[in-house]
Amino acid sequence: MTDLAVALLAAFAVWTGWRVFRVDSMVRASFSLMLSFVAVGGIGVLLSAPYIGVATVFMMAVEMMVMAIFMVMFMMNPAGLNPMMMVHQHRLSIGAGLVAFIGLGAAVLLSPLPRDPVPEEAQVVAQLGHELLGPSMLIFETAGVTLLATMVGAVILSSRQGRYGAADEGARPPGLTEGGEPAGRRPEGGGGHGHHHHGGH
Amino acid sequence: MTLTIVLLGAAALVGIGLYGALSQQSFVMLMMGLELMLNGALLAIIGFWSLSLGGMPEGQLLAIIVMAVMAVEMAIGFALIVALYRKRQADMTESLGTLKQ
Repeated sequence: MTDLAVALLAAFAVWTGWRVFRVDSMVRASFSLMLSFVAVGGIGVLLSAPYIGVATVFMMAVEMMVMAIFMVMFMMNPAGLNPMMMVHQHRLSIGAGLVAFIGLGAAVLLSPLPRDPVPEEAQVVAQLGHELLGPSMLIFETAGVTLLATMVGAVILSSRQGRYGAADEGARPPGLTEGGEPAGRRPEGGGGHGHHHHGGH
Repeated sequence: MTLTIVLLGAAALVGIGLYGALSQQSFVMLMMGLELMLNGALLAIIGFWSLSLGGMPEGQLLAIIVMAVMAVEMAIGFALIVALYRKRQADMTESLGTLKQ
């Protein structure tokens, strides 16, 4: 019974993961990714990891909402009305994905998998708590400091103003010859509009 | 049996994520591919912990670390995307040729 439910959820996670790159709107893609994470969280709950499963669902629900906002900001196809296919090196990517899947799948099928399930009476959440605040506290604390550094880094990277004024003021790509014209695009020149535009944003 | 199913699903998620990370032109979609690969890793960790570690709490700790990595990746990734957009008006990988020379 659990087997069947796990198999169905795993299939759903893979299918929604595949839909991420097949739907026509980036918002739909991010919600599809959220469904994939929810399915993985469900597998966690079924496989006696309730804390991990529920935490995955909560965290991913919030994360994908944030992602959806970014999607709207960066989306070139707001309503998903036109087909969206923005890919490069497509064959290589398909090949790499297939090789990864086949290689990992073969490793799974060909190696003897150990079998030692969680005991029925184990209090897994309490054990996790004791581990986090006991032997592995240093790891836990390091993760906390890393997240703090991430917050600082994200704010610094995404803020318009640097400490001494605009971050890119006077920025100029190096010239091809000394003192010559810049070789690449100038930041203020608004390059990068090669084959799509942002009309209407 | 369950472990095999779970690990095959995880392998498929990693494969799809790799495809997305390599093929997508838009930075945000590229990050979806990275997230999908981490999703596969999380699934594999949950499966291994639940079915073959006899309930060792370190397995759950590893899953929590993967979640922290996801959060870091997403925050810094989006900050980088915003910074790039501010500097170069670029939201596609093809727009970034300046570092090439």
